[in-house]
Amino acid sequence: MSIEKNILVKLKDVGFEQNDKWLVKGVSLQVEKGKIVTLIGPNGSGKSTTAKIALGIYKNIEGQVEKFTNNIGYVPQKISIDWTLPLRVKDFMLLTDNLKDDALDEALTLTGVKHLKDKNLGNLSGGEFQRVLLARAISKKPELLVLDEPVQGVDFTGEIALYELIKKISEKLNCGILLISHDLHTVMTATDHVVCLNGHVCCSGSPKDVARNNEYKALFGEQASQTLSVYEHKHDHEHSNDGEIKKN
Amino acid sequence: MFDDFFIRALVAGIGIAFVTGPLGCFVVWRRLSYFGDTLAHSALLGVTIAYTLEFNIAVSIFITSSIIALILVKLEKKTNLPGDALLGLLAHSSLAVGLVAIGFLTFIRFDIMGLLFGDILAVTTDDLLTIWIGGALILLVLKLIWKPLFASTVNYELAEAEGLNPDRAKAIFTILMAAIIAISIKMVGLLLITGMLIIPTAMARNLSDNPQKMVVFSIIGGLLSVFIGLFSSLEFNTPSGPSIVAAALVLFIFSLFKIKQTIQLKN
Repeated sequence: MSIEKNILVKLKDVGFEQNDKWLVKGVSLQVEKGKIVTLIGPNGSGKSTTAKIALGIYKNIEGQVEKFTNNIGYVPQKISIDWTLPLRVKDFMLLTDNLKDDALDEALTLTGVKHLKDKNLGNLSGGEFQRVLLARAISKKPELLVLDEPVQGVDFTGEIALYELIKKISEKLNCGILLISHDLHTVMTATDHVVCLNGHVCCSGSPKDVARNNEYKALFGEQASQTLSVYEHKHDHEHSNDGEIKKN
Repeated sequence: MFDDFFIRALVAGIGIAFVTGPLGCFVVWRRLSYFGDTLAHSALLGVTIAYTLEFNIAVSIFITSSIIALILVKLEKKTNLPGDALLGLLAHSSLAVGLVAIGFLTFIRFDIMGLLFGDILAVTTDDLLTIWIGGALILLVLKLIWKPLFASTVNYELAEAEGLNPDRAKAIFTILMAAIIAISIKMVGLLLITGMLIIPTAMARNLSDNPQKMVVFSIIGGLLSVFIGLFSSLEFNTPSGPSIVAAALVLFIFSLFKIKQTIQLKN
């Protein structure tokens, strides 16, 4: 039963339909304490949708979501903040939790943006804002972190540092991480479990297994898989542009 | 100069300003000024119901406005009309029905101007109790839902994902809007309540760089508007609501110069 106890969130055959179109269907996965699960897949493959289902943002879903924690930190992919609301970085950090000042400082220092604490959120650059978003999510020391493209717009060296930080956080806090990333290299090195989505689960497993998988190759091209594997097997179905499965 | 009625009006106005300050901030942040208008227009219907059934006016307005808010939510789900069209539909039809109903109530003398624009002569000691007790309750509830309401105002998905239940906070906030309209209608009048909610807040926006400051400045702006407005209402014999809102406008215009200064400083 010890494995069961470590589960933070469990998706059982979930799907979400919007405007008569299934954004994702038949997705099952689970995130455990101290583990990083990464969702990969092309644009529109339902990565963010799956994360939002896991978080309970989408309500009318098919299938089941079981959540075993309420201490969650979330970095959404897109965030639009209305500037009619004057908001400093430190106000934003306290958005969902009442944190002590040193907890704020610690998180902001980790992501390298402590100097921006009193700045207005509207004056930050894309990369700075992304670092603040990540700092906010980790500052409350969550049990489950859901990171949707957490380093978009961050410069190259910063990107590597932030991924290292994410890895460190998962070890230090023993929290589970559901990560969505485009950076396949990072995915393959820092992740415990990879789920490859394209409207449904194409393949999943350890990074190595997925890299060898033919569907993964079909989605990301030869180059992506060559780095780790040249293993081949038969593809049993094809996809049209919108991710629907073509019937052969 | 300080007749008894004037002191009452002043005390009432101060109570209202303390509540409209923080609520007004959320009205501006969440873009609800037309929603506020709609609830205020429907208040006339509440007044006529109160007179017909010989019922407490504030309670009647509170119930009517809450029902209108519920109808709005239902209509948003059931029709394909855009939100602003639905708001206009409800605002003007409830105002029209209210005015027609008044036409039928020939046995009661109505001060329609007072209802629409506020009347400081009409504030009774009972009204003061309604305003201060009701206002305190509104502020207490607002404090309780502040965290989820504010978080979901900044970003709904973050609030929802991190377990703050923003939908409940939104529903409670709607009820608070109906409540502030119910307690402030006698002073400000139903056509101008939204002005009282948003103009001091707009002034506060020009002067603040963080949400707490904006709430405080919004309350101060409201208080100043009430003082200036009521004194000029007494002095020039003008209706109280428009006088208060006009005073708020003057403060807003002053706050624009502050922006100009900061922009010049930055350059």
